[in-house]
This record gives sequence, structure tokens and C-alpha cells, in this order.
Amino acid sequence: MPSKATIDRVQAGKDQLQFITCGSVDDGKSTLIGRLLHDSKVIYEDQLAALARDSAKHGTTGNDVDFALLVDGLEAEREQGITIDVAYRFFTTLRRSFMVADTPGHEQYTRNMATGASNAQLAIILIDARKGVLVQTKRHSFICSLLGIRHVVLAVNKIDLVKYNKERFDRIVGDYMAFAAGLGFTSVVPIPISARYGDNVINQSDKTKWYQGPCLLDYLESIDIQSDVARQVFRFPVQWVNRPNLDFRGYAGSVASGSISAGDEIVVAASGRTTRVKRIVTQDGNLPRADAGDAVTITLEDEIDIGRGDLLARPNERPEVTDQFAAHLIWMDNDPLVAGRNYILRIGTRTGVAGSITAIKHRIDVNTREHLAARKLSLNEIGFCNVATALPVAFDPYEVNRKTGSFIVIDRFTNRTVGAGMIAFPLRRATNIARQPLSVGKSERAALKNQKPCIIWFTGLSGAGKSTIANIVDQKLFAMSCHTILLDGDNMRHGLNRDLGFSEADRVENIRRVGEVAKLMADGGLIVICSFISPYRAERDMVRNLVAREEFIEIFVDTPLEECVQRDPKGLYSKAKSGKIKNFTGIDAPYEIPMRPEFHLRTMDQTPEQLAEAVIDVLKARAIVHGH
Amino acid sequence: MQQSGCRVVRSCLLLRQGYRPKRKRCAKWHLTNNNSVSKKNHMLPKHLRRLEAESIEIMREVVAGFKNPVMLYSIGKDSSVMLHVAIKAFYPAKLPFPLLHVDTTWKFREMITFRDETAKRLGVELIVHVNKEGLERGINPIDCGSALHTRVMKTDALKQALDLYQFDAAFGGARRDEEKSRAKERILSFRSAGHVWDPRNQRPELWNLFNTQLLQGETMRVFAMSNWTELDIWEYIMLEKIPVVPLYFAKQRPVVRRSGATIMVDDKRLRLQSNETPEMRMIRFRTLGCYPLSGAIDSDATTIEDIVAEMHTATVSERQGRLIDTDEAASMEKKKWEGYF
Repeated sequence: MPSKATIDRVQAGKDQLQFITCGSVDDGKSTLIGRLLHDSKVIYEDQLAALARDSAKHGTTGNDVDFALLVDGLEAEREQGITIDVAYRFFTTLRRSFMVADTPGHEQYTRNMATGASNAQLAIILIDARKGVLVQTKRHSFICSLLGIRHVVLAVNKIDLVKYNKERFDRIVGDYMAFAAGLGFTSVVPIPISARYGDNVINQSDKTKWYQGPCLLDYLESIDIQSDVARQVFRFPVQWVNRPNLDFRGYAGSVASGSISAGDEIVVAASGRTTRVKRIVTQDGNLPRADAGDAVTITLEDEIDIGRGDLLARPNERPEVTDQFAAHLIWMDNDPLVAGRNYILRIGTRTGVAGSITAIKHRIDVNTREHLAARKLSLNEIGFCNVATALPVAFDPYEVNRKTGSFIVIDRFTNRTVGAGMIAFPLRRATNIARQPLSVGKSERAALKNQKPCIIWFTGLSGAGKSTIANIVDQKLFAMSCHTILLDGDNMRHGLNRDLGFSEADRVENIRRVGEVAKLMADGGLIVICSFISPYRAERDMVRNLVAREEFIEIFVDTPLEECVQRDPKGLYSKAKSGKIKNFTGIDAPYEIPMRPEFHLRTMDQTPEQLAEAVIDVLKARAIVHGH
Repeated sequence: MQQSGCRVVRSCLLLRQGYRPKRKRCAKWHLTNNNSVSKKNHMLPKHLRRLEAESIEIMREVVAGFKNPVMLYSIGKDSSVMLHVAIKAFYPAKLPFPLLHVDTTWKFREMITFRDETAKRLGVELIVHVNKEGLERGINPIDCGSALHTRVMKTDALKQALDLYQFDAAFGGARRDEEKSRAKERILSFRSAGHVWDPRNQRPELWNLFNTQLLQGETMRVFAMSNWTELDIWEYIMLEKIPVVPLYFAKQRPVVRRSGATIMVDDKRLRLQSNETPEMRMIRFRTLGCYPLSGAIDSDATTIEDIVAEMHTATVSERQGRLIDTDEAASMEKKKWEGYF
């Protein structure tokens, strides 16, 4: 055996593709993996012999070898014929080496699927050709999308059982494409296969002559995953300070994304201190450049204070640094998430961060993607939450960077990993980070208008009189030459929020958008009058947190439910009572009364005119406007 | 340190700046010019660079996250790679944890020689632990069977050593491709007090965000080489020129056939049966353990390159040569519950 040839062959190298397989046992997921392993010749003879023995004992395929048993490793799984945990399999071809995360498909194992998806670049979503797109197909696709997978293979399996029927295949593909349109996948490649008989798995099947695309393995070998991380901006989470003696101080870590060269300028995200990279040290010699994925030790030109958990970046490409952010959260523990309770967070290499989930904005039904109001998250549930940390942390949105946008939640008492999060956006920027300074500030704009900008937030039941009072307040302020804008629920829905329905989840998003718009308008120096039911404290507080403390004035329009029902100006209560509207506040959805509103308007004894005058008095007292 | 049941070898710390490979080229670069730039690492193919980097990241994570880590050193090829990568991970600092070898006293003689030479060559701290009680009771693989021998001399001995030195994290060289229940193993494998492994009570591992928090008495086994395959290991050994025990290379050695396996006659304790006559055969080992439990394979592979070439055409798994895995159904899973690596 010429040894040179062996070395050359190894060195020619190949890259690695990590993928996840989604589907339930019935879809033939384990069978497919077993087939891939077997046909790519990584199953050895002794393992095949053991497989034949096991097939006789536990198998579900009659006299044939049951490939599923190759991958279901735990005794309980083999006995029950289900997959409990994430299993990792490896196989290699001349072009690529593959790592497969085999995960269970049932809803109660959402956390396992999320685990398998977290590091995967591609997902194979299996569909039983006889059954088509099912609820679970949608669940799996959603979780893959949420975890940042951008490439999907739609493996329409058991094509043999529908007699290799093209129309059947086309219909399933059509159904799936329609559903997956909103999931942000870069590529979706449908392939008709039979995992059991091997059609279109390793070789092109002659039974599906109508199918012109690649077979599964060919596609997995050739798909371009030229990792997106290389094109991203430079991020280096400091993992460990290497200080063997007084002469050497290096920062060990793995390049999360982008690349860095000796001599490049860097900034420590949290402190804002800048310096230059002196050397990129490895035992194999100094490197001129380190790329995404490289584990290196960086030395710097200046001695600045850096420790484990710091995130290094280029000064012109800084990450977000804040102590409040919004994130998707997958709950993984039997004890439900309790908003407001303290947990330990780990973000990048920043460990032991005290933090809490301040609000659950909505829960997402993993089967329908519908947003639902929620007070807690139970095992395997996914929510969109506000998170607050004791210290500012550096991160990127997960959509932009999976490595620097993810975090885990650890229980303070049991130390269990109870949640996994994907950061969506910062809620407040840390004060020591300079934002783009605006030449004309909020106060200048407001001074010109002779008023203080603020958000006046009317909350209360439907029919309580919010809009009526808000309208009169607006007229009165206008008469006083104040610059105002009135944002009303119904009006917002005609434009900005016309894509939102009336589900509780959409209401949460409704308020979020309104809050952001109100904030921008307040930045412009306006007095922003908002009239929204906004039944949850969490959302009202979210808007409150967007602006300075004195700029948010919550006005509770307090009208008893019986009175609202009796007034019923839009006929909504009668519809709700007859069941024609679901989740109607006050009827079958809660209204959380404000605990400490800036002003409490009891409407029963006064006219709208009097109530509006009382509001104006409050604004005068707070020097928002000046009385005449 | 001289408590019951352990013998401690502490080799001196030879190199203040850590281990440098014997390859002259690299060593010279280091010594001559601090700012020189290496081209060497770029000779590693992408998938091996990636595996190496991943293992380095895990090792640094453990050193940063635990109080008192240790690296299990089994002398085999996986341990050789693990140690090689570990030295890279902390360069230029020396290895920030000791090595621990759990000696069943039934290892091949060449393994023990290699172990002591390696510790000396690299200047790393090595702890050797033997279950003295098991030894006194005469536990051995030939009379007691592989199951009892493994439990007492490997699993119990390991637990003793971890307790004795209060290690809270122990690196092991196990890989996910080795065996079915290993395929489900975490990289950080949680063990509750008493070293119990419960597959249903493992922490989810997402991204590279490991949870290193422990309560009193809890420990972690860390499989930093989880995602390497046997082929990766050999390709890496070849390209990085890592020394391994000579038993991996084919050579004429005295063997007998026993229980369907080819067993090397390493010393007199094997006690030949009347129908057993040692014959010289060209054999090598794909995995190494206690010699009466390690099956040899016929092979002509005398160099690493030969082994890699042989791997490309192998038709049986490396574990086939291991007698301890076939003791009973779900054998590995059961051993892991008891605290085996």
C-alpha cells in the first residue's frame, strides 16, 4: 500500500455537514438513517450480525433486517420501539463527512429536537407518502426554522407504498411549499424515497423515472453549506485566560464567526476598550489569520482588562450590549417557567449571569404557529419573552449569528438546564455604549413645540370609554397648540397592523408595534395619545420600558364590566357571549388591572368631558403642557 | 496521597512551557522566531481541523468551569489523541490537570511501558490507581469472568480514584461512533452523587453552551472526542505523527484462539489449556485493554499509513475484538449505569 497515496487522500480533505432528521418512528426516520449508514458501508459485519439477531427479537419488519434497530440504542427504546434521546451518527463518503442528529418526533420531545437542531446546518424532514403533510411535519419545520436551519430536504418516504405515484408526490410537495413559505428557509428540496428499499437514497431509482432531481446522498454531498459563519462579522468569545507566567497573557477561545488577523483592531464589547491583535498563538506556530471555528489564543498589544465571558469584535462591527432583550425561549424542564423568578443564564462564554424572564409576551403553538397568551411555559413549550440580566451582556440577534445569539437558562437550585433561548432584539441599550448621536435631540424638538413629549396610554375594557376620552383630550391639547398624535386600536389595524388578527398572540404583537411607533413619535417631540385595551401588564410595562420613566403616563379607564356589556357600542360583547368571538377580554380572556397607573379614571360618575379635563389637569401638573 | 488502594506515580514537570512535538520543524520555528507563522496546521484537512478545534473548545470549557478536572488516560489511541489535543489547547501553559490511569494490572506490558514513557516525554503529571481490595481478593479476568473483573478493577477502581482525589470532572476518550448507547451520550455526561449515570436525567446540550454547574457530590464525565470516528483518530495520528502503543502495528506475536477470539500470550497468567499451543502470527490490535479480553486481528499493517488504508476497507467494527461488550444484551448501557466510562 503506497503510504504517500494514503496521506494524500486524507489530506485532500473534506468538509463536514451536520444534519438533523425529523419525523416520527412511523415515517421511517430511523430506517432512513440505518439505510444511509448501511449503504455507505459504515455498518460492520459484526454489527449487521447483531442487527439480524435484534431484528428477530424486537424487529417490526418481518423477516427483513430492521434498520431502525441500528440507531435506537437504549434498551427502553428498543423495547418500546421509540426514540427517546438525541443520538449522533457518523458516516463518511469520499466527498464529505456527515454527522446526523437523530431525534425523536413526538411533541413531548420538542426539547430533544431543538437540541439536535441547534448545531445542524440542514434538516431532512420526512413525510409518509401515504399521509402527506401532517401536524407534526409543521411542528418539525417550525422548530427547525426557529433554531436557525436554512436548508431543508423534504424526503417523501414510503413512495413504494403509493406505487411510486408522481401525482401523489407533487401534491405533497405543493402542500408543503405553501406551508413553508413563511419559515425563512433558503432551500427546500423534495425527494421521493423509500428508506426501506433504498430508492433514491444512495442511487437513483428506476421506479421514479419522472423524478429528475438528485438522490438523497448526492444532494447531501453537494449542497453548498459554505458556512455562512465565515461571511459574518468577527466575534470571539473569550473562553479562558492563558497566563502561564508573567511574560505571557493570552485569551483562549474559538472564533465564533468571521475572521481576524494579527494587527487588526478589536474592541471589548462590554467595556468599549480597543486595542490591536498582536499574535494569534497555537502550538503549531503563530497564525497570520484565524477563521470561524478555529480554536486559538490571542495576545493583544495593550494590557486591558479582559476575562472569560468577554466578547471581542471589530470596533466598526460591534454587537449589542444590553441588560434587557426579547428572545424565543424553549422550556425544557418539568417545573414550568415562572416569569419574574431568578435563573442563571449562560450567554456565549459568559456564565453564571443572574437573570430573569420578566415577561412572557406570548406562547407559540408549535403545531399551528399561532400566538397564544400565556402566563407560564411548561415542558416543551416555546414562548417569546422579555429577559433581564443583572449585568449588561454582549450578543447578536440569533437570526444573524447562532453562536452569539443563543443562551441557556439554568435553575438556581437544581442546576438543571431548564431553558434554551434565541435572542430576537435588544429592549434597551446599555448606557455606556454610544448610539448614533442625533444632531437634533428629543428635548430640542420638544422645546420648539413648548411641551414635553410623552406617551399617554389609555387602557381598559372594550367599551370603557377609552377612545371617547382620548379623542376629547386630543382636541383639548390641539386647542392649546400642542403637537399631538392619537393612536387608536382600530386605526392601527388598517395599516401597520393589518396583518394581525384578533388572537391573543396577535394582540401582543399589536401592542409591541404600537409601543415602538409611539416611542418614535415621542422621540420626535410629540405627545402620543394611545387608546388600547392592552389587557396584560407585561405588554403595558414593555411599552413603559421603552421610554424614560416620566414619559409614560398610564391611565386606567375604569368602567365595570357590567356597564361595558350594557353599553356594548360595537356589539362585540353580545357576539362574545354567544361564542362568535374567542378570547374576548372580560368574557373569556383576563384583563389585568393596572397596579399603579399614573392616573385612575373612574368613569361611572362623570361625563367624558369632565374625565378628559381631569387628564389635562394631570398633564399640567406634570409640566407636560403649560396651562393658559 | 498514599491511602489504601492506590499507587501514585508523579512524574516531574519537565517542561515549563509545555509539551512540544518531536517534529524538528515545528520545534525549530518555536525556538527561533516567536512571530513566525506556521503552515503546518493547514495540512490538516478541514474535517480534522474542525474536530480538533471542537475538542480544544470543550477542554478549555472544562478547565474554566470546574474546580478539579482530571484526564482519564487509558494508553490507547484515543487517549493518545486526546492528550495531544489537550496539550495544544493550553499551550503555552502546561497541562492544567493530571492524567489518571486506572490500572487493572492486566494491561499489556507494552502499554505500561508506553504509559510511563509518555508521561516522562511530555512532562505531565500521571496518577496510577489500582483497586487494591480487588487485587487482594484475587479478582482477575480469567477466573472471575470479564463482567466481574471489569466492574471491580475498572468501574469501582475509577470511582475510588475520583472520590479519593475529589475530581469533579473527568475527561474520557470515548467516541459516539463506538457503540449504540454511546451515540446518545452527552459531551458533558452528568453523574449524580455516587457516579450514577441515568440516561433520562441528562442535561440538554444545545449549541456549544455547556452547563458546568454542579452540586456537592455530583460529577461530570467529559467526552471531548465525542464526534471523532475511529477513522478520524487514525488519520489524525498519521498527520500529526502522534506516538501510539506498538501493539497497534502488525508484528509476529504469540497467540492462542480462545472463545472465538485471537488472544495474545502476554505473560504466564493466561494459563494455557492443554489444547492451546501458542503460535506466532502476524497480528495487531484495533483496541487495547486487558490483554486476556482483547482480541487481535490478522493484519499486515506495520505503519500508520497501512492502518489508515486498512481502515478504509475494514469490514468489522473495532469493538468486535472486545470481549467485555458482549457479556450480555445492552452490556455497555448497563456498565455505564454502574459508573463505567
